[in-house]
Amino acid sequence: MKIIRIDKKNWAGGLEKLKGSYRLFGPVKDNEFHNFKRLDKDELPDFNYFNTRLSPKSIIYPQSEIMLEYELDENKENHHVMKESKKDYSQRVVIGIRPCDASAFLLVKRNFDTPEYKDPYWIRSYEATTFVGLACNNPQATCFCTSAGCGPFYEDGLDVLLVDAGDHFLAKIISSKGENLLEAAGWDTETDADEQIETMKQEAEARITSFVTTNKLKDKKIIDLFDAPFWEEVAFACINCGTCTYVCPTCWCFDIQDEAYGLCGIRMRNWDSCMFPLFTLHGSGHNPRSTNMQRVRQRFMHKLKYYVDKYNDGIQCVGCGRCIRLCPVNIDIRKICNMMNSYEVQVTSD
Amino acid sequence: MLGYLTKIWTISERLLKESKVDMVIGFRKGTVPMMNEPCVVKSPENVKELVWDSNCGINLANYLTDRKEKIAVIAKGCDSRNIVTHIIENKIKRDQLFVIGVPCKGMIDRHKISSMFEKEIIEVIEEENKIIVRGNDCEKIFKKAEVLQENCAICIHRNPVIYDELVAEPVKEQTDIDRYKDVRRIEEMQVEEKNNFFDETLSACIRCYACRNACPLCYCPTCFVDESRPQWLGKSIDPVDIKTFHLLRAFHCAGRCTDCGACQRACPMGINVRIFTKKLEKDCFELYGWEAGMSLDERPPLDTYRPDDPEDFIK
Amino acid sequence: MQNPYLPYPVRIEEIITETEDKNLKTFKLVFLNPDDQEKFLYKAGQFAELSVAGKGEVPIGIASSPSEKGYLMFTINKVGLVTTTLHCMKPGDIMGIRGPLGNSYPWDILKGKNVVIIGGGFAFTTLRSAIVYMLDPVNRPNFKKIHVIYGARSPGMLLYKDELAAWEARDDINMHITVDSTEDPTWKYNVGFVPTITEQKAPPGNEDTYAIICGPPIMIKFTQPVLDRLGYCHDKIIMSLEMRMKCGIGMCGRCNIGKEFVCKDGPVFTLAQLNEMPKEY
Repeated sequence: MKIIRIDKKNWAGGLEKLKGSYRLFGPVKDNEFHNFKRLDKDELPDFNYFNTRLSPKSIIYPQSEIMLEYELDENKENHHVMKESKKDYSQRVVIGIRPCDASAFLLVKRNFDTPEYKDPYWIRSYEATTFVGLACNNPQATCFCTSAGCGPFYEDGLDVLLVDAGDHFLAKIISSKGENLLEAAGWDTETDADEQIETMKQEAEARITSFVTTNKLKDKKIIDLFDAPFWEEVAFACINCGTCTYVCPTCWCFDIQDEAYGLCGIRMRNWDSCMFPLFTLHGSGHNPRSTNMQRVRQRFMHKLKYYVDKYNDGIQCVGCGRCIRLCPVNIDIRKICNMMNSYEVQVTSD
Repeated sequence: MLGYLTKIWTISERLLKESKVDMVIGFRKGTVPMMNEPCVVKSPENVKELVWDSNCGINLANYLTDRKEKIAVIAKGCDSRNIVTHIIENKIKRDQLFVIGVPCKGMIDRHKISSMFEKEIIEVIEEENKIIVRGNDCEKIFKKAEVLQENCAICIHRNPVIYDELVAEPVKEQTDIDRYKDVRRIEEMQVEEKNNFFDETLSACIRCYACRNACPLCYCPTCFVDESRPQWLGKSIDPVDIKTFHLLRAFHCAGRCTDCGACQRACPMGINVRIFTKKLEKDCFELYGWEAGMSLDERPPLDTYRPDDPEDFIK
Repeated sequence: MQNPYLPYPVRIEEIITETEDKNLKTFKLVFLNPDDQEKFLYKAGQFAELSVAGKGEVPIGIASSPSEKGYLMFTINKVGLVTTTLHCMKPGDIMGIRGPLGNSYPWDILKGKNVVIIGGGFAFTTLRSAIVYMLDPVNRPNFKKIHVIYGARSPGMLLYKDELAAWEARDDINMHITVDSTEDPTWKYNVGFVPTITEQKAPPGNEDTYAIICGPPIMIKFTQPVLDRLGYCHDKIIMSLEMRMKCGIGMCGRCNIGKEFVCKDGPVFTLAQLNEMPKEY
């Protein structure tokens, strides 16, 4: 794979050039933390960050998104008939996404791009986007990506992997989308840095100090884990807010809502959370997940067992650690994952 | 405050051993710096799981709502006032509770410390009046007073107002505190300026409801934001809906909020959500001389009527 | 790319009030674009998302049978926002429909078998679809004996009363209509709860006999042991589940039981399948 050397003095110029043909998104420090946002003219991504407070999932899958629109005025033609809203799916690039967050999109894709149904909003957004990853030279103490199926230099899900090498970046081209992007920016100095990147990768991986064990999840029975005795204790502290699900790059649940303003209306979707009782409340008043414990169990069972069984390719988690850092009451997925992985059903003697 | 722990263990162990209570609700050590996890201990062998330090800012009254068991709960000043409010509002009975009172010297502000430390925080160590923050190859020492949660810095009820046993002698209450400086600053703003300030304050809100759910007052079976018939507000991240949520929630807490700071502590985006509840707290204090949760014998101002009510519309 | 969230526009052709409490109405819907009708190929047991602009969507089992051409039929209980709005609508109004969604009753497996339909209350809609489908002259030779046990609180709460009477008169279907109780002296059918009538009237279970059961949880709870006693294996007991749904295509995440989504992998499951799944429904 080709590696391009980008001198940092050519960085801003290249990005400005890109803005001619791409919409650019990158990490920017706003208030006290970094988040991804659209980069205006002369605005640069700020790479002085561990990871963004919120995952970049909203770039592909906004928290609130209009899907359809309609007229309620009976004098108008096609009143009450839904039509797709016009959207901007012109090409764009996310600069400086962490490899874990980019690989999260691959996990989420399985939900939105299925053999039977295609979610056009998610797929069009995703396909219009080029992902330029920023390798993690300094992972955090709460990062456990290497045991969650990716890593600080992980390439799947990226089109280009950028490695910060001091006065220059090394840009490893991973896909043709990535190649086109570097060309458009005018960065074309090929270099031979495979070994350098490999060394940096190994160093970064060695800095990961936090792990989960997932090897036995697959072989356990859903029912056994579901009925395991530890859920009440795991769930005690949980206040059932949506923080973990909203900051998570791999959580995708949503709600569909109509909103009408006068005689015009929209159908939109908003992120939803399995932590909220309303998520599963039936019209009759019955709620299959009415208790705090049932909802907490659903979240972890979904990520660490149902997903594992459904797709047979690992857990629905990339180890970014956001839910651990931001949970108001310190519920730690690493602890629960290890509990589930090591759980053995007690065989009663009778 | 660090010396409280042995006493907490002794009391908890005794209560569980003598079956005076079914459980003790307290905190256990967290897995990341400046975080402890609310927990329940049911057997005397496990009381040493309990911890106490300046990272116990979550309000444990929130874990008592509608519980049926006999419970010992570890309560700092604000928790105890919310326990009083819970009892007044019939969310728990006094005789179900054994309140282990903790004279409090304030909780530290994890958002603030993170923003004052450029590197990743690996460890935070607390010594009396001193907070040592460590990163990889770096260290910074703060005076505890500099990094207190703001509600703790202006707290005037650090000692529990009800308790069955105190873990230590009461601490000296702070006096000469200007509790409402920030609220006055906003009251002085023009309407538009005020609106902009609210929008700016709430611009990072992701509607996760951590503030509401960490609040012991927010126990409604169906919150107004979740109501579908009628649907009072939209579910999107439209700024009007977000603002409506925060302002109405604050109104619902009027005369009940103890400024425990759990909402703000819980917010993953570090939003100053207390600013809204505090305005109502100030109004209740100034109009009715009321401070929430100070006594089991007094009804809160919004469910009582007195002929000398300062508002004309009610007369 | 086909947008699975975009409803086909339909016109309300007819609204029939089914029950004496007026809480159940049947809507006959006609596609505005004939092409859409061609695309909407369904099987008995599937459901659709009914869409009311400005209010939202609601998942409802399809009550018409694929053998009935030119329209779709849904019987709707007035419960929430969307269904209440629907109850206030009138013929000629425009709404939308997405689907067909979910699996269906397992028609491949049911071919050449005895079918026992057990229904209670307003959960008789997709069962109607199944009955009409099986009784269609083209399909009837594909099934052996057909039994129907259907109960409601009172005679006035039964759905599709005219059709029930017509089926009673036929000799290629064994009808066992029942009500919990009645003071109507002209009532000429059974009186008793569905589990009791099932015990009395249903044929014994065997390799060639399948039961399809839909009804309120209490009915299912008490009918299941009856079927056990009658010798039905759990893979021959077929059930259709209800869940809160939004997308209907397995994406929005709320209707799962374990790893299965009721909207996409269901709503029809055998009891044998449900036994392996968490009891979270």
